[in-house]
Amino acid sequence: MLKRNVLALAAGLMLVATLAHAGALDQIKKRGTLACGSNTGVAGFGLPDDKGHWTGLDVDFCRAVAAAIFDDVGKVKFIPLSSKDRFTALQSGEVDILARNTTWTLSREAGQGFLFTGITYFDGQGFMVRKKLNLSSALELSGASICVQQGTTSELNLADFFRGNNMNYEPVVFASADEARKAYDSGRCDAYTTDASGLYAERPKLANPDDHVILPEIISKEPLGPLVRQGDDQWFNVVKWVGFAMLDAEELGVTSKNVDEKLKSDRPEIKRLLGLEGNFGEALGLTGDWAYRIVKRVGNYGEIFDRNLGEGSSLKIKRGINSLWTKGGLQYAPPIR
Amino acid sequence: MAPAAASSPPPAVGLAFWRDPQALRIAVLQAVFLLGLGWLAVEAFIHVRANMQARGIPTGFGFLNDTAGFDINQSLISYSATSTYGRAFLVGLLNTCLVSAISLALATIVGFTVGIARLSKNWAAAQLATVYVEILRNVPLLLQLLFWYNAVLKALPGPRQSYALPFGVFLNNRGLFAPELALGPGAPWLGAALVASAAAAIAAWWLSRRRRPAMNASLRIGAAALILGPPVAAFLIAGAPLSLVPPELKGFNFIGGVRLLPEFVALVLGLSLYTAAFIAEVVRAGMQAVPRGQSEAAAALGLSRLAAIRHVVAPQAMRVIIPLLTSQYLNLIKNSSLAVFVGYPDLVQVFAGTVLNQTGAAVQVIFITMAVYLTVSLLASLAMNLFNRRFASIER
Amino acid sequence: MPGATQDRRPASAQAFVRQGPAPAQPPPASESFAGGLRGNLFGDWRTSLATLAVLTLVGLALPSLLRFLIFDAVWSAPDGELCRAPGAGACWAFIAQKLPYFIYGSYPESQRWRVDVTMFVGAVLIVWLLWLDAPARRLAAFLFFVAYPLQGFILLHGAPALGLPRVETHLWGGVFVSLLVASVGMVFSLPLGILLALGRRSRLPALKLACTGFIEFVRGVPMITVLFMANTMLPLFVPEDLAPDRLARPLIGVALFASAYMAEVVRGGLQAIPRGQFEGAAALGLRPWPTLRLVVLPQALRHVIPGVVNSFISLFKDTTLVAIVGIFDFLKTIEAARQDPAWAGPTISATGYIFAALFYFAFCFGMSLYARFVERRLGSAAA
Repeated sequence: MLKRNVLALAAGLMLVATLAHAGALDQIKKRGTLACGSNTGVAGFGLPDDKGHWTGLDVDFCRAVAAAIFDDVGKVKFIPLSSKDRFTALQSGEVDILARNTTWTLSREAGQGFLFTGITYFDGQGFMVRKKLNLSSALELSGASICVQQGTTSELNLADFFRGNNMNYEPVVFASADEARKAYDSGRCDAYTTDASGLYAERPKLANPDDHVILPEIISKEPLGPLVRQGDDQWFNVVKWVGFAMLDAEELGVTSKNVDEKLKSDRPEIKRLLGLEGNFGEALGLTGDWAYRIVKRVGNYGEIFDRNLGEGSSLKIKRGINSLWTKGGLQYAPPIR
Repeated sequence: MAPAAASSPPPAVGLAFWRDPQALRIAVLQAVFLLGLGWLAVEAFIHVRANMQARGIPTGFGFLNDTAGFDINQSLISYSATSTYGRAFLVGLLNTCLVSAISLALATIVGFTVGIARLSKNWAAAQLATVYVEILRNVPLLLQLLFWYNAVLKALPGPRQSYALPFGVFLNNRGLFAPELALGPGAPWLGAALVASAAAAIAAWWLSRRRRPAMNASLRIGAAALILGPPVAAFLIAGAPLSLVPPELKGFNFIGGVRLLPEFVALVLGLSLYTAAFIAEVVRAGMQAVPRGQSEAAAALGLSRLAAIRHVVAPQAMRVIIPLLTSQYLNLIKNSSLAVFVGYPDLVQVFAGTVLNQTGAAVQVIFITMAVYLTVSLLASLAMNLFNRRFASIER
Repeated sequence: MPGATQDRRPASAQAFVRQGPAPAQPPPASESFAGGLRGNLFGDWRTSLATLAVLTLVGLALPSLLRFLIFDAVWSAPDGELCRAPGAGACWAFIAQKLPYFIYGSYPESQRWRVDVTMFVGAVLIVWLLWLDAPARRLAAFLFFVAYPLQGFILLHGAPALGLPRVETHLWGGVFVSLLVASVGMVFSLPLGILLALGRRSRLPALKLACTGFIEFVRGVPMITVLFMANTMLPLFVPEDLAPDRLARPLIGVALFASAYMAEVVRGGLQAIPRGQFEGAAALGLRPWPTLRLVVLPQALRHVIPGVVNSFISLFKDTTLVAIVGIFDFLKTIEAARQDPAWAGPTISATGYIFAALFYFAFCFGMSLYARFVERRLGSAAA
């Protein structure tokens, strides 16, 4: 009996093995939902509320992809992943796209087989310490205990920073950001380190947020962005250009509120963006109005930044280097043409 | 497939199996089963390999020689961020061994004490032991670990407000700090003296075994002088080469001395107290398995209660206790993997956590981790079996 | 004892030699209860010392424990303000406010009746199964092991065709998920365990080796690694489209893990069946399968009920480990809730853990009392 089951199972495996390996975009269209690997909860990037409704920059990025494909921001399934199992989830095909404030590094592309599609947030690693320690620089942290999250670039940068400056420290490593923050808050560590945006996002969750300061040093470059598996160029292009479209929309002054008026605009760039000229959407495997859908349903980059991280949010992070290149920042997108 | 077929007739003796229809049927069945299993394994292997290659997951074990790049806060061997992943694996493995060994010892002591207390005639002691066993046994180990770590150890004051315990020991939320033994220039002499006194002790023990009646008081004093003399003399002559270096508060933390991480303390407390509850039950079962007549007979012979336990009950109870104890020990070793929940750098936390994540070599890492635990389990049960055989071989 | 072993040992190793006559025993203590207790507690100086130590320990711990748990506890409060006051005890208001989250996780409020119904049906079936004198226990077993999983899956996960909206598994959490993991482990591990135990006793060496290998392998590794494997490696074994759901993976891991332990329990039961039973069945002309089904298993399974209940207790305690692969079980919801800044305070962690401990203790202790009851009854029936 057991044997018969085993044989049936094996035969089933064989059968479906031959059916697999269609393009991700076709699979997603057939499935009807986009599987988006998101954070387990970092305010501003991806955070579910008590009812399971998600907010955040990364989350809105996935919604923009869903809007481009389905014209429906609801057709995305968020799968919360810890920093420990985010890559295996993408490798195994459990998620189509990983938008989970992940740093773009060489080894993640060349070693682990991913492709980053762009940079949604230029970040850097910083330290948070208690005010009463009276520290003014991270260089005074020699001998400190430092809480850090496991399996992140932060863990590696931390080692580099202290080695490079000939200082000692004690790393206290936790599997999740929550545990690391909690350990810092309870006094197990003198400092807590993660991406600066993360520090701002985590500070309100401390027992007395005002007792803590973020040190001025940024010890690393942390370009955060969404990533996909290698080997599917069409899907890579779709995700990459969804990001560019949001930036181009901001640059062209197209927002979710005025996008319908802008359909009447005479500017050729706007016409191309909104699919009134050329067939760029079709070339990507989407529809002509793909970018219109993104802006209409989700908004341009400036809007989602403001809503989740900037003045419209509780975090009040300045745009800084994340401003458009036209305003002195680093955000720059190739043209749609 | 033939089930537990003790009822089927035994195969005819002396008949070649291909002539015996039943043996033939069994052989064919097995061949089919093995082929099926093998085919499934090969199929799974090919599929996994193809899947891994398609997704760009590293397939070999070469990653073990790459530079790790991360630090670990407790290590028994020298380790830094420039060491390899292979060395990080060793660090994790040794940390697992350390925490297991200490917890095993503590669990055994507490477990035997509680187990004997449960059988005590003293009503209060027996009740307290029962309460201990029932509570600790029926609450998940993970919950107990989190309780010790988050509710007890993290509630301790910071380094500047440490509890100062006697003998220069400090307790705070960074751990337990104790003075360290520092060796001075005359230390080799002291070492030699210790070796000499150890030799004297062994000799005295051997002599006393052989000629017990002759071991009178004056001889005892002489032996004691012989054993204790050399180290004391050497200590004085070499100008007290041993000193205790107390930990001192410098900057953020205590520097110097011996330090136990709070994660380590929580893990040891949780593991040993939890396992002790099970060991106590094992001990009770073992003692109760000895027939009442044995201790009554010992009492009739005039043995005191303690002597009766030592010479009559315990040796017999151990035969029941040891196999059960083995499985509790193995459980403790396996449970030490819960270190990952409190951030103690054991094998699972370092290797199946950080290394897996930094390299992406999930299959190999999990394979190695499982192989380690499996080996430890098999070795431990082998050792216990040998020990058990020695105990069981003294037939009475 | 065989003289040979004894003679080789030196005389000094003689276990015990008394030099003088033993001291006379005191007369037996008076029969009154108080007298017996006094003798018991303060019989001689050693007993008295132990009693005093125990009493001191209890005397020190109990009042502060009671103060923390009851007298100084905060029973109702809108947020953590009152609980943060110096000297405040356990913050039960925190538990009261988070209770729905602890039970259902993020399961949509309007759909929670589905969880209630499933838990209620499960409870009824389990009581039916565990009550030894209940009628039609075969029917109960069928319902529990076959119909209930189907019903539970449809009701909890949803079936749009029946008008039940789909509830994605990442919204599931709390006590409900803990019970779900435990019951799935139970429902699958018992049949699997029986098959493995039979396989281990099989006369086919290949089958025996495969089953023994599986059982010893799983029992030799920590559950965490089994969960890791289920979580990261299962998706590699099957094509992308079939990759099991994030909740299903640890469930598969738990079921496999529990079945290896169950197999050993069942094997113990099989070994307890006297040989005469097999021989009797053979004498009646029963073939192997009917022997197993009609004679051996009914007896063996009755014998192993205490063992099965005990392994269910361990399984239930082990469900806390699924948090490592991101499942929001009961303990994980406590962990998540105690991070809420609105309730941050010095007593929140302890309160949460004590509440969880009470829950697990009530459950596991109840089960172990039941196991002891069955054991006694089986023992008296056998006598």
